[in-house]
Amino acid sequence: MATRVTPAAHEELGLSPDDLVRMYRLMVTARLCDEAAFRLNRQGKAPFVIPVSGHEGCQVGTAWAFRSGQDIWLPYYRDLAVVLVAGMTPYEVFLGVFAKADDPCSGGRQMPAHWGSRRLGIITGSSPIATQVPHAAGIAYAAMYRGEDAVVGCWFGDGATSEGDWHEGLNFAGIHRLPVVFICENNRYAISVHQSKQMAVEDVAVRAEGYGFPGVVVDGNDVLACYRAAREAVERARAGQGPTLIECKTYRFHSHTSDDDDRTYRSREEVEEAKHRDPLLRFAAYLKEHGVLEDRAAEELREEVRGEVEEAIDRAWQAPDPDPATLGRHVFAEDGR
Amino acid sequence: MTEKNVVTAIRDTLLEEMRGDERVVVLGEDVGARGGVFRVTQGFLEEFGDRRVIDTPLAESGIVGVAIGMAMHGLLPVAEIQFADFIHPAFDQIVSEAARIRYRSNGDFGVPLVIRAPYGGGVHGALYHSQSIEAYYGHVPGLKVVAPATPGDAAGLLRAAIHDPDPVLFLEHKKTYRLITEDVPDEPREVPIGRADVKREGSDLTVVAYGLMLHHCLEAAERLEREEGSSAEVVDVRTIAPLDRETILGSVRKTGKAMVVYEDNRTYGAGAEIVATIAEEAMFDLDGPILRVGGPDVPAMGFAAPLEHAFLPDAERIYERMRELARF
Repeated sequence: MATRVTPAAHEELGLSPDDLVRMYRLMVTARLCDEAAFRLNRQGKAPFVIPVSGHEGCQVGTAWAFRSGQDIWLPYYRDLAVVLVAGMTPYEVFLGVFAKADDPCSGGRQMPAHWGSRRLGIITGSSPIATQVPHAAGIAYAAMYRGEDAVVGCWFGDGATSEGDWHEGLNFAGIHRLPVVFICENNRYAISVHQSKQMAVEDVAVRAEGYGFPGVVVDGNDVLACYRAAREAVERARAGQGPTLIECKTYRFHSHTSDDDDRTYRSREEVEEAKHRDPLLRFAAYLKEHGVLEDRAAEELREEVRGEVEEAIDRAWQAPDPDPATLGRHVFAEDGR
Repeated sequence: MTEKNVVTAIRDTLLEEMRGDERVVVLGEDVGARGGVFRVTQGFLEEFGDRRVIDTPLAESGIVGVAIGMAMHGLLPVAEIQFADFIHPAFDQIVSEAARIRYRSNGDFGVPLVIRAPYGGGVHGALYHSQSIEAYYGHVPGLKVVAPATPGDAAGLLRAAIHDPDPVLFLEHKKTYRLITEDVPDEPREVPIGRADVKREGSDLTVVAYGLMLHHCLEAAERLEREEGSSAEVVDVRTIAPLDRETILGSVRKTGKAMVVYEDNRTYGAGAEIVATIAEEAMFDLDGPILRVGGPDVPAMGFAAPLEHAFLPDAERIYERMRELARF
């Protein structure tokens, strides 16, 4: 049985009203970046985008438990909000959307949302699923070996849990009790394949038992519950008590990518029903209820972020494209060693 | 100088590198208590402890994937794949991850990783302990593939591989492990990756080979000199990728005849690329056809000795083709 994480009030979690507003702001930023990216895609300015909407709660909630500049992040392609927490800016995100030379992830080489930044401790990722899971274990091993006080966060979707690399990474991490937290953003669909055809269990988290560490299930639309789960896992990891598998139950509001059409595999009723549990709406209601952010202030914040995102898009659009002469660079190290 | 076989040369080099740099760790199946099935890491666990000599779960993709993570976070892992035949589950981690990480991150990340893999036939290894895998990986930019044939080159190339900032697939021909011995310099020495080596000077034809086949070619060249009075130059490729075109082409331009020998299946083998290079670059220097000797296009050499012999090119078969070319 996986443990179920119960909701908690922010005071109990040591979060100040200021923290809450910052968390909310990043969730809004992710949502607005997403909406803008889709608009740009339909305008023909962005060839391919990968939506995050619906996942903002579990991403910001779990990522918030890690320390920027110290901990290591291995996000997957849907983790726009995770990398915003890690310190990436909307401008940098749109440099990637437009495949510009200064895109910090890849200089326009990779598709958008294939995150990476040595400066921010975000490990470069690829498209094949779950390949980052053994990397996370290896990085955690190296961090422990070098006596660093770093915890590794590794994010992935429900489909990833079927891959051999997922098993191999978790198994290695369990054997060596590594300082790593595995976070599954379970939105019930791997592109079109429903969870019931991906696994015979209801909770991904139960698999943790097979690796000798705890698995917890959390409501992925409750940002504070996600933070609670991740904070406990990060503390365990930092204390040398080994990995945790956190499963965030959530939902993706849009298609898998801009090239997918989810109408072929999900009913509109199901999607609309899921939107009632929108993590942004829930958190906004919580903030209002606790007197942290009234409607009007929330609306102002939203407009402020919208302005920032629009400004970032304009600036990124005008940034230089990669020079074709750079095609042959960085195949191997350029400075010898 | 100390006389060593290939296994000892590899073990001693790894030992020196581990003694000299705490970032170097080894991981793989049976590398700890057992000291490796070929005994390359014999005694390592006792000297360095289980933090640096890591017996991994039996999962090749995981071994390489974990090692990539280590390499991206300050360590210099030397991962052992017990037999090259078992490396295939790790193909994605090697090809899509290790080889592409520097490129895809625009130079932000690097993977200083060595993957050691015993390969090749002639040891009654049958289908799954005899394979040659170099062609799959030689095709991949971002990955270096080396295949030393001698103890000295094995030592020097392994040292260079450990010091290299990029991933290196280090192929060790199992048949040469204890068969080939020579004097190896005692002082630490690197053999540069990407440099072929003329192992025998000659003037009438050029024979290009690597691994076990190099030794068969050297033997055949001696016989050719004795029986035919023809002088064959034998070039040891040493690095499959990136290929040292200059050394190979230089020799071919000098002799005017070329033959390429490899034990992998002929079609699309690493030797095919060498032949294509010669055809493209040295056509007008040639006085004869480019000959190619390779393993047949069947899935494997068999366990039964006659089946194994029927598959593997040997000095006799190589000699016949060399004579044919010399007489052309």
